[in-house]
Amino acid sequence: MPRFLIRRVSFGALVMLIVSLVVFILFFVANKDVAASFCGKTCTPAREAVVERRLGLDRSYLAQYLSFLWDVVRLNFGQSFIDQREVTDKLKEGLPATASLAGGAAVLWLLMGIPIGITAATKPRSIRDRLSTIFALTGLSLPSFVVGLVLLNLLYFQLTTRGYPWFPPSGYIPLTEDPFEWARHLVLPWFTLAFITAASYARLTRGSMLEVLGEDYIRTARAKGLSERKVVYKHGLRSALTPIVTLLGIDVGVLLGGTVVTEKLFGLQGIGQRALSAVLTSDLPVVLGTVLVAAFFIVIANIVVDIAYALLDSRVRLS
Amino acid sequence: MTDVLVKPTPQEPAAGPATSVAAVEGRTPLQLAWRRIRRDKVALACLIVLVLLTIMAVFAPQIVKLFDQTPTAQDRGPEGLSLDGIPIGPSGVHLLGTDELGRDVLARIIYGARISLLVGVVATGLSVLIGLLIGLLAGYYGGKVDTLLSRTMDVVLSFPFILSALSIVAIYGPSLYVSIFIIAFFGWSNIGRIVRGQVLSLREREFVEAARSLGASDARIMRVDILPNLVGPLIVYSTLLIPANIVAEATLSFLGLGVTPPTATWGGMLAEASTRYTVAWWYLTFPAIALLITTLAFNLLGDSLRDALDPRADRVLAAK
Repeated sequence: MPRFLIRRVSFGALVMLIVSLVVFILFFVANKDVAASFCGKTCTPAREAVVERRLGLDRSYLAQYLSFLWDVVRLNFGQSFIDQREVTDKLKEGLPATASLAGGAAVLWLLMGIPIGITAATKPRSIRDRLSTIFALTGLSLPSFVVGLVLLNLLYFQLTTRGYPWFPPSGYIPLTEDPFEWARHLVLPWFTLAFITAASYARLTRGSMLEVLGEDYIRTARAKGLSERKVVYKHGLRSALTPIVTLLGIDVGVLLGGTVVTEKLFGLQGIGQRALSAVLTSDLPVVLGTVLVAAFFIVIANIVVDIAYALLDSRVRLS
Repeated sequence: MTDVLVKPTPQEPAAGPATSVAAVEGRTPLQLAWRRIRRDKVALACLIVLVLLTIMAVFAPQIVKLFDQTPTAQDRGPEGLSLDGIPIGPSGVHLLGTDELGRDVLARIIYGARISLLVGVVATGLSVLIGLLIGLLAGYYGGKVDTLLSRTMDVVLSFPFILSALSIVAIYGPSLYVSIFIIAFFGWSNIGRIVRGQVLSLREREFVEAARSLGASDARIMRVDILPNLVGPLIVYSTLLIPANIVAEATLSFLGLGVTPPTATWGGMLAEASTRYTVAWWYLTFPAIALLITTLAFNLLGDSLRDALDPRADRVLAAK
């Protein structure tokens, strides 16, 4: 296990290094006028000179990259050019909302997707299977913000105008302040973010489960008289889950991207919303910091997923 | 059920000098697939919907002129906006109502189809070209070439789409070309993986061996012997990639990272509607329906094509 961990963590570090290099090239090498684009929309020549000095743009690319890398390691992304505040502080402020949104949505999509997939696979071609196919196809065909708009219209607007103000349309209440209000404000964003991905998980679980249930050892388990429930959930699900765990690792990135859309739609002041408004105001230090922090989270999540995968699938050896 | 026994029928055109033997055995996989598709009512319906959508997109200016509207004209009259500046619902003048600037929603939906289909199809085409080339080289040469190209595909797959789009648009600004580039860049690696997998098994087949022993060059083997066998899977995965790319374009436009206003896009219309849905339901509903019909038609058609062309394809990858 320790050797597996060391190998996995060092591969993660390598990926982070590649990401930092790609980001550096994108922002500092391929970018034709670095100082002007870092200076923002309302830029004066004097300010541009300050920016140029602060970024040290007269040095060689190698020297620039090394000092960029050193800043990234220390989580020092500089100051926002809009309000002169530390990028790290802005990200910290947005973290609770984004983490609540992403974490809750991930739990919800697994709780929706996997059971729907299992029921569809255990009764192929039944009405339940047809319904799950329709669910999956709709999910593949709709952007998440359309789902969110439909939820907003039906569950917030229609209910509220009929005198049932159960679901608020926007706002974030910290978990520590009031857990019930926290959850109530996040129900619609969670479903918005989870629906689309739940559909693809239902489809994947169905396919993977159907394949596993056709294997010889499942026939053996049935032949020795195990109940159908035990065959499906104890013997089948364990190996059917491995491709789902792999996909979960890839989808951490999808999840973080999805929070941008959901936060915009529901006015949640998380990291995604901040990054989006930074793009629209050309506040590059904030964009840069967000992308690197997000990449870091994705790498960490992938390491965690790989460990879970190894624990789940006995064929993967940890040494 | 007569199709089970494949007999030469009078409808089948005799293929030149080849005798009826050729008519019995000479159907290409594509011809067989077309026969299956023709019997599949859902697939046919989707195909018709998509042809109509394409006609609508290509002839958008002429169609819009038929009912005397444009996608950008702002109707400040009583049919366009109420006195407090609220959009007016479906009426005889504006069949699907107006938006917050008094523009005709129907005309904007028709013009929006142009952007959706253009970005969806062009980005998919670029992805397929890149993915085909990289996958072909990786699968055919194997070894170090394969390792390098496969790792590259893994890295590209691990880049989060929206976050990368954020940083690219932050530097280059939003535009049609940037949208197409971003979407194409994130689509090719999946195609590349599928092509690589197919080529890995194809290159071991006897007909490749035969071509090689006859002295054919690598380039010729790839072009003449391997490429035709990839057409089926490529058609299926392109058909499934197009709706994913249309959704991606709509998401970029929704976030303000895509095609810039006043060009009509479905995602952009929905972004504007997201703040107005309480007073103007039509403004939210109709673009959403247009988007759903388009993507659903592509997805259903892709599913049918897969059953017809590629029965043993890896469904796991297609789900993403």
